[in-house]
Amino acid sequence: MATMSMTGSQLRPNEAELIKSVCNGEREAFYELLRPYERMIYATAISVVRNSADAEEVAQEAVLKAFSGLAKFRGESKFSTWLLQITYNEARMKLKKARPHLYESIDDQPQSEEGDFWPKDYADWRPIPSELLERNEMRQAVQDAINSLIPVYREVLVLRDLQHLSIKETSRILGISEPNVKTRLHRARLHLRDCLAPGIDGCWIRGRPYRKVRSW
Amino acid sequence: MATIEISCVEVWREISNYLDGDISPELRERMEAHFKACAHCTAVLDGTRNVVGLVGDGRLFQIPDGFSKRLYKKLQKLP
Repeated sequence: MATMSMTGSQLRPNEAELIKSVCNGEREAFYELLRPYERMIYATAISVVRNSADAEEVAQEAVLKAFSGLAKFRGESKFSTWLLQITYNEARMKLKKARPHLYESIDDQPQSEEGDFWPKDYADWRPIPSELLERNEMRQAVQDAINSLIPVYREVLVLRDLQHLSIKETSRILGISEPNVKTRLHRARLHLRDCLAPGIDGCWIRGRPYRKVRSW
Repeated sequence: MATIEISCVEVWREISNYLDGDISPELRERMEAHFKACAHCTAVLDGTRNVVGLVGDGRLFQIPDGFSKRLYKKLQKLP
């Protein structure tokens, strides 16, 4: 039974109880267990498959799998990490089915893992525009930038910076080494900065001109 | 003791690890000395930090209307 080995596990206070209830046939307890993670599941799915219809389908499939596999969950990782792993696998499978070429060799792709990174410009982007995420166009700009990353960079960025997993957890979920996680994350972040530093229409803050400081 | 200088390319290579606090104290000191003197690298650092903040903001991906309802309906249909 799933709950037998959960002493000293990384579960949140009431999660072990809820899991126990679900395993004893109380389906309602699963809804409660799942509710805090709905956004996380959807965000992971959409950042891999990149459209909301597929993301919703992936999220549903992942949740059904989590439900039927809950008895196998041993509490060795956080419940959220376990859910993420399932969601991520589902999303990746869907993407592979739709576009197998995206997971082929990345050697020939422009965002290569070889060589040093050179910033496109040195745009000064000091104000933290986080509150601007209330604006649709802003959210869209960030999502478009994430979508422009090749999958192997995008998945690392999503797990680390969106879902706040550790390097170790990210490495385990993706099945790549920790140094590889760091390299890919580094490239993903710098690529994103290149995409976003110039802002929307050349400026993040309305009414304030954007000073472009191209190095060439 | 004098801080050994570090080049812009070396700084860019470590910016992500710097933001994650995943570098040695010596390297941190060299990078910070570099940032004080180099506006370009400081701009790259600030921009990258902003990116990490934006991606990590919970508001980035909004769940579509009716998502939960449809999800729980699927669950209810399970045998």
